[in-house]
Order: sequence, then C-alpha cells, then structure tokens
Amino acid sequence: MHVTDTQLTQASNWPDVVGICETYANDPHRMLDILRAIQDRYRHISQEAMEVVARQTGLSKIAVEGVASFYAFLSSDPKGRITIRLCDDIVDRFAGLTEIVEAFESELGIRMDETSPDGTFSLEYTPCIGMCDQAPAAMVNDVILTHLTPEKVREIVARLKSGERPEDLISHRFDELSPRERADRMVDGNIRHAGAVLLGPVPEDAGLKASLNLTPAQIIDTVEASGLRGCGGAGFSAGRKWRFAAETDAERRFIICNADEGEPGTFKDRVLLTERPHLLVEGMTIAARAVGAREGIIYLRGEYVYLRELIEEVLADRRERGLLGDRILGEDGFDFDIRLQMGAGAYVCGEEGALISSCEGLPGEPKTRPPYPVTRGYLGFPTVVNNVETLCHVARILDRGSKWFFGMGTEGSHGTKLFSVSGDCRNPGVYELPYGHSVAELLEMAGGEEAAAVLVGGPSGTMIARDTFDRKLTFDDLATGGAIVVFSRERNILEIVEYYMSFFVHESCGYCTPCRVGNVFLQKAVGKFRKGLANQADIEYLRDLSATIIETSRCGLGMTSPNPILSTLENFPLVYSAMVKPSKDRTRATFDIQSAISDARHLAKRRSYIFDRDFGE
Amino acid sequence: MSTFRLTIDGVEIEASEGQTIMDAADAAGIYIPRLCDHEGLRHQGGCRVCTVKANGRSVSACTQPAEPGLTVDNETPHINKLRRDLVEMLFHEGNHLCPICEASGNCELQAMAYRLDMTAPTKFPYLEPCRPVDASHPDIALDTNRCISCGRCIRASQDVDGKGVFGYVGRGIHRQVAVNGPDLAHTDADISDFAISQEVCPVGCIIRKRQGFARPIGEREFDRNLIGHKINGKRDD
Repeated sequence: MHVTDTQLTQASNWPDVVGICETYANDPHRMLDILRAIQDRYRHISQEAMEVVARQTGLSKIAVEGVASFYAFLSSDPKGRITIRLCDDIVDRFAGLTEIVEAFESELGIRMDETSPDGTFSLEYTPCIGMCDQAPAAMVNDVILTHLTPEKVREIVARLKSGERPEDLISHRFDELSPRERADRMVDGNIRHAGAVLLGPVPEDAGLKASLNLTPAQIIDTVEASGLRGCGGAGFSAGRKWRFAAETDAERRFIICNADEGEPGTFKDRVLLTERPHLLVEGMTIAARAVGAREGIIYLRGEYVYLRELIEEVLADRRERGLLGDRILGEDGFDFDIRLQMGAGAYVCGEEGALISSCEGLPGEPKTRPPYPVTRGYLGFPTVVNNVETLCHVARILDRGSKWFFGMGTEGSHGTKLFSVSGDCRNPGVYELPYGHSVAELLEMAGGEEAAAVLVGGPSGTMIARDTFDRKLTFDDLATGGAIVVFSRERNILEIVEYYMSFFVHESCGYCTPCRVGNVFLQKAVGKFRKGLANQADIEYLRDLSATIIETSRCGLGMTSPNPILSTLENFPLVYSAMVKPSKDRTRATFDIQSAISDARHLAKRRSYIFDRDFGE
Repeated sequence: MSTFRLTIDGVEIEASEGQTIMDAADAAGIYIPRLCDHEGLRHQGGCRVCTVKANGRSVSACTQPAEPGLTVDNETPHINKLRRDLVEMLFHEGNHLCPICEASGNCELQAMAYRLDMTAPTKFPYLEPCRPVDASHPDIALDTNRCISCGRCIRASQDVDGKGVFGYVGRGIHRQVAVNGPDLAHTDADISDFAISQEVCPVGCIIRKRQGFARPIGEREFDRNLIGHKINGKRDD
C-alpha cells in the first residue's frame, strides 16, 4: 500500500490511535486489544484510524479491516456514547424481550440498530450474553443489567438521559466498590447446587502446593488417571492433551484458558470466573508446570467484560504473593505469567483454533487441522487450550488425588459437571452434579418438571422430548458443555429452531462454503415451515442439506449447526408434519403468489390489477 | 525424503512426507476436484469441494497430509453429490449468469458444475447479492457479485506479487473479498500482477478490460475439455 503524504498528515491527526498502538508496542498480534481500545475511545473504528493502525503495526489496511469487520463489538459506523445491547437469546424472547425493546425504543426515540442523532445512544441486539438465568438482560457499555422490565427500562433511560453513567445504575458508589462487589451487584450468582469439587469449600492453592512435590510427568499422569475430560463440550481427555504438548519439542509453550463460553444457554463459566477465579489461575499454573509453559492467556468473551477488573485484580494479587511470575512458591525455574485477552463478540472464538487466531490478533477463524494446537498453536508453539471448568477441576484433582475424582460420576464420565439451567423452570442457575444424573432428576431439582422439551448442550447439542427425559447426562449418552434450556409446552418448537439457525448464520465465520451458505438455506427452509409454506419434500431437503453441511464443514460450528433441526425432526416429528401442506395433483400447493410478486410490486412501484383485488377499483 | 504408498479409489499411488493428499494425487495423475486451491498458492481449505474420505473421515484433500497406508475415497457417487451441493451453494450465493459472463468456458465454477453433472434444476434459493461493480482502475474491473470467496487473488497478491491488494472483510454470509483502499484504482493493483491473471480468478469476478472475447466462446479451455483434464491427462500419458 502506498503511504501518501495525506495519510501521514492524518496519522498526526490521530495521536490517540498512535498512542493506543504504542501501548501495545505496535504489535500486530495485539490487534484485537488495539481495536477494542479505539472502539472504546472513539465509539467506532474509522477508515482513517485503520490506516493509522496499519502503519503502526506494519500490516496492510485491508488486514486491519479484516479484523475490525469480523467482531460484532467493533464497528466502522459511529456508535452512541452509550451503546445498549439487548440480549436476543430465545430465553430472553420468551421472558418478554419484545416489551423491553418497545420500552427502549419509545423512551430513547430510536429503533433497534439505530443511533440517536446527538450520538448519545445506540440500540442493538446481541446474541446470548450468558445471563439466561436472569433474562431479559442487556449490556450497557461494559455494565450488565438483568431481570429487565418495561418499568425498569423507563427508569434506566431517564437516569442515563439525566447524565448518569451506566455504572451509576449499579451503584452511586460504583467507583468505591471492589471488582467483586461490582460483579455481584450486576449479576446474580444463582448457585443452586454446590458439588464436591468446584462450588463447595475449596482450600486455597492446595493443588498448586501438592503439584510441587510431583514431577511434570507425574502431574500429567495424575490428571490422566483422574479421567478428567474437557468441560467445554468436546470432552477430550485433558491429560492426553497436556501430554501431546509436553512431548513436542519447542522453545515456548502456552496455556490458554478458554473463557469464551458462548453456547446459547451456557453461563457456568461466568459463575466460576466470579466465585473461583483463584482456583482457575491455580489450575492454569499447574498446567504450566506440567507441560513446561511459561506464558498463559485467559481469553475472556467480550460479553463478560464486566469481569475484566476482577480477573486482573486476581492476577495482580497472585503476582504479589509469588503465585505467578518468576520462581513461583520459591521454586527455581517455575516461571509462569498470564495475560488477559478480551474477545469482542464472536461465538466461533470458542473453537480452539479460532480462539488462538483471535489471541494472535487475527479474525476469529478456525485454523487448518492438522497441525493441532498441542503441537503448533499460538504463534506456532505448542498450546494447551482448556475450558475454565476443566482447569478448575485440575487444581482440585491435584489437591485431592485422581482416585477421589475418578470415583465420582460414571464409567467414562468421571467427576462432577456444572450445568447451566435456564428457561421455563422455577430455579434457573448453576448445578454442580456428578455425571450420570438423568435429565428428569435435574429438572426436578430446577423446578422444571412440566417441561415439554429440553435442549441439552445448547443448540449444537440435542433437543429431547418428555419420553426420553430418563436419558443420562454423560459423555456416552447426552454429552454437554453444560447448557440445559427448558421449554414448556406453550413454546413453539419451530420458533426455537428458527432462532437457533439464525444464531448460527450470524456466528458462522464464513471461511468455508457449507457453513457460510448452507446455514442460510437451512434458516430459510425452517422459515418456510413456520409460514406454512413447506411441503413433504422439504423435510427430506432439510435432512439432505444438513448432512452435506455436517460432512463438509471445516470446524465444529458447521458440524453441529444443523443439530437444532435434526434433533427436532427426530424427537418432534409431528411439529414438522403438522406444518406441511399436502401437494395436490403434484402441483406446488405451497406456492404463494403474493410473496412471489412482492418484489415485482416493489420494483414497478405499483400493485397488481389481478392479484390485488382492491387495486384499480 | 521418505516415500510411502496410499490408495485413492483403489489405485495405489506413491506419496512423500510433507505432501497433502491432493499433492500426491496430482503427482500421480488423479484429479481431485477443487476451486479454492491453485498450484503455486498456499492451501486454504475453504471451498470444501476437494472433500474426500480418508479412512472414512471427511477431510479437505488440499490440506490433509498424506499418510502411509491411507485409504482415500475420491470420486464416489456420495462424495460427488456433496461436491455438487457445494458448487450449487456457490452458484446460489452469488449472481452467476453464464450466458452473459465473459468468463464462460474458462470458468472453473461452471466447468465444475458440468463435471459434477449439475444438470437438473437446482434446489436452493438464490441469495441475489447486489454489490457495486468497481471499475475505477484503468485496466481492471471487479464484479464481486460473481466472487466465490476462494481467496486465490488474496494469496496470489500477497505471496506471489508481494502486494496485498486483496483481503477478506466481514463475517459469515457477509464475508467477502475487498481491496486495500477505497477502490481498486487506489491500490497497487496492476494488469501484469499474477493476482489479476486469468488463471488466478476461477470465475468472472476479476475482469481485464479490453481483453474480452479475444477467444470466442466454444473454443475455450473447458468448452473443449472437462476440468481436471490436465492432471488426469498425466495418468493417460
């Protein structure tokens, strides 16, 4: 790219952008931090700002734009000083989102996706923000608001309009509160059942201290013997993952904590990050010792920005106490430190390759596998990516021993698991239970006995009906990252399915054809059923297209995105057949002339003499 | 370099370490259909048209390393059906009107459709994008409505021309190829770039001005031969 004189002049017009880049040492791998900071400072990332960032970091402008245009929380159009993001999850919709939207629109005088003319407010939707147990919820800049009602919305808008900051909505003493107090005032913990491993009493750093008496190989053996499997959903053996990374020859190795839980209906990591941040860092430190890593990253989803200070405080505290940094606990050669990487609104970054791309300052696109991250991950070095819950388990296993952990749960599914329960139940929240409980048992605890359908594992999991509520929550039966969404019989299954397909369309990274394009077609096809315009052949079409997407997609997102359709076709077949119109005489009974000519009406700017009966009379 | 053997559709071929399944197949004269992959460019694995079954598992042949003893299924009816679906998706994602496109006959998307027997009416809805044509450059025009997001121009410009004229912007269905500047005229693009050459853009998205129809339709590469004939030809020789 030519750097012209005008552009150089422009750079001097953007001293803050230059300063922001310099804060991150003009490092292109910190692109996401740089762009987030510019977004916060200017409420958008202009073309000129991108030029300046490109020059500072030595990238082309199009490379910067590629990152800036990928993440939902970054914007090239100016956003309001106060950006209100309403959580658009299906649980929020069923909890009265429509009334909340109406209240915001009428109080602010703008519609969704608009910014007020004075540049104060922007109003937009965002997918699940991890608050399904306290829906409807919203983000106002970095502040979380939950249990919204139209009355609350009117009060919120009035206070913001009178000049109060979003933080003031939480407390007038916000600035004096500790990070933990701030988090607690914004968001309910909702721990409904504490199990033996994570949410019960946890001695401080007992696991880390115990790990000092073991060799790295013994630590890996312990974790492997415990039977611990990844708690993010995929269920890969944690010990084996570590072993691969430890066995790869390299100068540097990395431990990354995946705190990007974005599966609609999941919020268990939110609770761990709030309640057990020390346990998490302890687990990461043990992992670092086991695989020989000196550097770690916590990748925190953009929606959980309200927890940033809390985690930074924990990291600072541990550095001060010699639990992070050089010579941890006085042990020579045990050096490990962690940086916090904020995400910026992209579900796909929960996929480990995409998460690594994002940490590297790239668009959150999954990486080609092989090579796998354990051999070539972050910046090309062996990298272990583990879920928050997995790492917390590690610290407890090192304290109590692998047998203790292995003894809980069932064959192949050892230990306890956190379940995020939300939707139509009396006690939404987090339940820590040993693997092996049935869905019915969990529903009874959560006060959701009346459920007609339960989505286990979020939209990329399985939707089951009442007749199979005896199925077990294990890796071998209903594997799940922990999202349990309960739906009563008043809910429209097809509405739920259509919502989840729109979620996957929104969150596909677009790298590969089947996921980028195929999911749009699936969404349109479900829409046809919803409108009563589907015929029998469309059921086969859904199955056939789903199979192609699953078989040809590049990463787990595309391989699971048709699941809302496939599992409801399997478990709720009548929902589909009830919406199918019979085809008469092999003609298309489902052809709708009105929608077919609507484009022509629009283009011709007039109505039809034949099909608009009242026209021309 | 260590060599080993693997089979593709029952034919045993030789491969060496570091080769992808596609590299090995190409060298052996077995064509695996592909769109985003191109000789001399980094592998991307985005279009998924080169999907094969390696020991029963779906992988993209352009990125999957060849391994000793691997059993690869390539041109089975099932895999070709998957590929036909993918090619149909690309047709429906953009605006591909072969009769009015200058690339017709040289177009790899069109040729792939013929190779995969995409002859019956297609089943998907048309997304009908409406993107502005960029004709700002004196020698080159861009009609991204015909783009299939293969990214060959991006890699060619970056890795071969050393320029970085193109890049992806956006996410999901909105992800598209864009240029490094307000328009093509304000980039380093030059008609002599490899990225601009006919062999890089597989469709009619990158248009070289004043060169259209030099060779009449009916006498173009894929009018005469099925796509993949050069690689398959090696085997017949």
